[in-house]
Amino acid sequence: MPLIKNGEFADDNWILVGDEDELPADTPVIVSAARWQAERETLLGRNAPLGVKLEAGEAPELIADDLDRFQLVAVNFPAFKDGRGFSYASLLRDRYGFDGEVRAVGEVLRDQWSLMVRCGFDAFDVADGTKIDAFKEALGEFSHVYQATGDGKKTVWQLRHGG
Amino acid sequence: MAQHTNTRATTQAVTANRLLDGEVVYFTADGTWSDWLKDADVADGKEACAALLAKAEPSVAAQQVVEPYLFEVAVEDSAIVPASVREKIRMAGPTIRLDLGKQAASI
Amino acid sequence: MYRYDEFDHTLVKERVTQFRGQVERRLAGDITEDQFKPLRLMNGVYLQLHAYMLRVAVPYGTLSGKQMHMLADIATKYDKGYGHFTTRQNIQYNWPALSDIPAILDDLASVEMHAIQTSGNCIRNVTSDQYAGAAAGEVDDPRIWSEIIRQWSTFHPEFTFLPRKFKFAVCGMNEDRAAIRFHDIGIEVVKGKDGAPAFDIYVGGGQGRTPMIGHLIGEAVPAVDLIAYLESIMRVYNMNGRRDNLYKARIKILVHALGAEEMKRQVEEEFVHVKEKGVVNLPEEEIARIRAYFAPPAYEALPDESSALNEAMADNKKFADWVKTNVAEHKADGYAIANISLKPVGGVAGDASDDQMHVMADLATQYSFDELRVTHEQNIVLAHVKKDDLFALWQGLEKAALGTPNLALITDHIVCPGLDYCALANARSIPISQEIAERFNDLDRQHNIGELKVKISGCINACGHHHVGHIGILGVDKKGTEFYQISLGGSADENASVGDILGPAFTEDEIADAIETIVETYIKIRQEGERFIETYRRVGKEPFKETLYATH
Repeated sequence: MPLIKNGEFADDNWILVGDEDELPADTPVIVSAARWQAERETLLGRNAPLGVKLEAGEAPELIADDLDRFQLVAVNFPAFKDGRGFSYASLLRDRYGFDGEVRAVGEVLRDQWSLMVRCGFDAFDVADGTKIDAFKEALGEFSHVYQATGDGKKTVWQLRHGG
Repeated sequence: MAQHTNTRATTQAVTANRLLDGEVVYFTADGTWSDWLKDADVADGKEACAALLAKAEPSVAAQQVVEPYLFEVAVEDSAIVPASVREKIRMAGPTIRLDLGKQAASI
Repeated sequence: MYRYDEFDHTLVKERVTQFRGQVERRLAGDITEDQFKPLRLMNGVYLQLHAYMLRVAVPYGTLSGKQMHMLADIATKYDKGYGHFTTRQNIQYNWPALSDIPAILDDLASVEMHAIQTSGNCIRNVTSDQYAGAAAGEVDDPRIWSEIIRQWSTFHPEFTFLPRKFKFAVCGMNEDRAAIRFHDIGIEVVKGKDGAPAFDIYVGGGQGRTPMIGHLIGEAVPAVDLIAYLESIMRVYNMNGRRDNLYKARIKILVHALGAEEMKRQVEEEFVHVKEKGVVNLPEEEIARIRAYFAPPAYEALPDESSALNEAMADNKKFADWVKTNVAEHKADGYAIANISLKPVGGVAGDASDDQMHVMADLATQYSFDELRVTHEQNIVLAHVKKDDLFALWQGLEKAALGTPNLALITDHIVCPGLDYCALANARSIPISQEIAERFNDLDRQHNIGELKVKISGCINACGHHHVGHIGILGVDKKGTEFYQISLGGSADENASVGDILGPAFTEDEIADAIETIVETYIKIRQEGERFIETYRRVGKEPFKETLYATH
């Protein structure tokens, strides 16, 4: 699956490892929160970057104390309608100050990308055949925003008053 | 399957809404869609009904209609009559505005 | 009223461009119906029984004459010459072609209107008191705060894919005409400690298949904290609301499951963090900017008593009847609030023709500072009419068949579109409303009965607010036949209550008789000056049940 990071296609060095799969050596891996909790010491003993994947229903609070151990948090969208991940990304960035990669995986619509970026996602697993122009176009559809998020964009409310 | 499909009905026709304007349409024996129920193909029995719906389904991918489904009809004196109030209203138009919908054509 | 600046204009125009692209992708086959459906819904486009339906937002129900003219023009040009005003203070068109909708949105944008978030699992159009800015005793104009919430909720990045739809209502005083206790979030403006506007926040009210009255969880929240507090509620709901069952996904179910105390605790815990972040605070200058748009219009200094009005009423009984029912007290001397009933006997509740919309727009320009409001009870309000002008206004309304004198009487119903239009309905609602209205057509009889709110829904989703009708009627389907269940004692105002179901349902042929039996029972047992709802609260459902099921 192609990866878009910071608005461009990027190589994906990460391997998503199932709970029963063997951990590959010296390769960045993404594990489930459950596996992280069960195999914490083993995972910390590896000599490669570590990522964790949050399922819908697993709020970031679950891993909040360990966030400095991860270079990546993947947030899964089991269906595009399931918007819990939007709040998870907001919390990861704004509350817990996570500055690694926050990647959206699962079912994501084109029309959700711009909202997701505002919530703090900087990487997206996208469908084969996705064009980078479509991504850029989607992100450029709106010139202004009314709400403040962690992306630091000036809101309409700020701009109106000399911002 | 649409919630309003009666799974036990034996005599059924297929209806949908046209993609472009939402008009109520019925699937005909020659594989096209008509605005009028009288043109609809009617199937009898579970298998024939399923086959009729299957024959209509490709129209969705062809950008012609939205959400085709089976609905119960009776054939009375060679006229096709929907069984439910809902389908009677779809076939004719709002009961409180006879100047609207398909029924308006006959005023 | 509020006017767009360049930012608002730009965003609405960009939304039209985005939607046009979505329609093009759909018609070209680039996206499937499954993918398109949430996109069209987010912009108010449904597929109903006969055709598409477009729901246009009328933020907190407020419109200018120019906007009303445009709504009429759209009805003429793209629809079948009429529109339907809804309980969300919106307007719906029942027959637009999908391919025309981008052009309709262009027309709407040209008059600062849109269909943004009129459907979908997002924050919907904010509703408010139709007497805002005109009623005596108001703490603050609720439209100021409604507009702030409108802007904050528009394309909210975090809260656009909620478990379910989400509705706000705001009222500016303790007399509640906006049904705030039956909304996901209901807000009442109250006086804060420093005398400045603050907010009582109710959460978890709603109707549908599980009617619930909202719980007060935020008391006198200061203006500076309003948005942060709302963000906190939304976040708790977005993360914890149920997503496994469509019917249990509204915030009311979460509040019920947690208990109001625990909900409050979670919201307040979240609030501490959100507040700490500091960026969502509402700038004082922005409040002041929006407030300026809702400054009182330039009322003339007039005596409160109008001899012209008194004379016209003495000369014309029909006019006097209309004044008695449809005109309400205004806070300014010499002014009145005029209600235009969209419930003529024999008509369709909430419907107005293009011609009628033009007439209402012109009358608003001439007599009410160019402003109209849509009410959640599906009528129209001209909020600032000189008493001296009421007679001329009424004559203009009469000419357009808009002078029905029945506000809050037994022929003024809330009615959902029902099975005549709606793809979700189980039974028709409009014909039931028409039968009842015809039965009680006699105006003296209506006056004798007094205030009686009948609300009719064609399915359990309760779009016709039957749970909060003094008399509520719910259409159900029994093996392909329509039946109607009656409940009594509901109320959507500050004394909120959910109606009690009386007993077995009636057929379409029986329903008008049944309502008449209930009304006659009330007339018989009421005490001096007692409204129907008061009698019901005093005696309960038994006397009504007895007479109803003895005779039917």
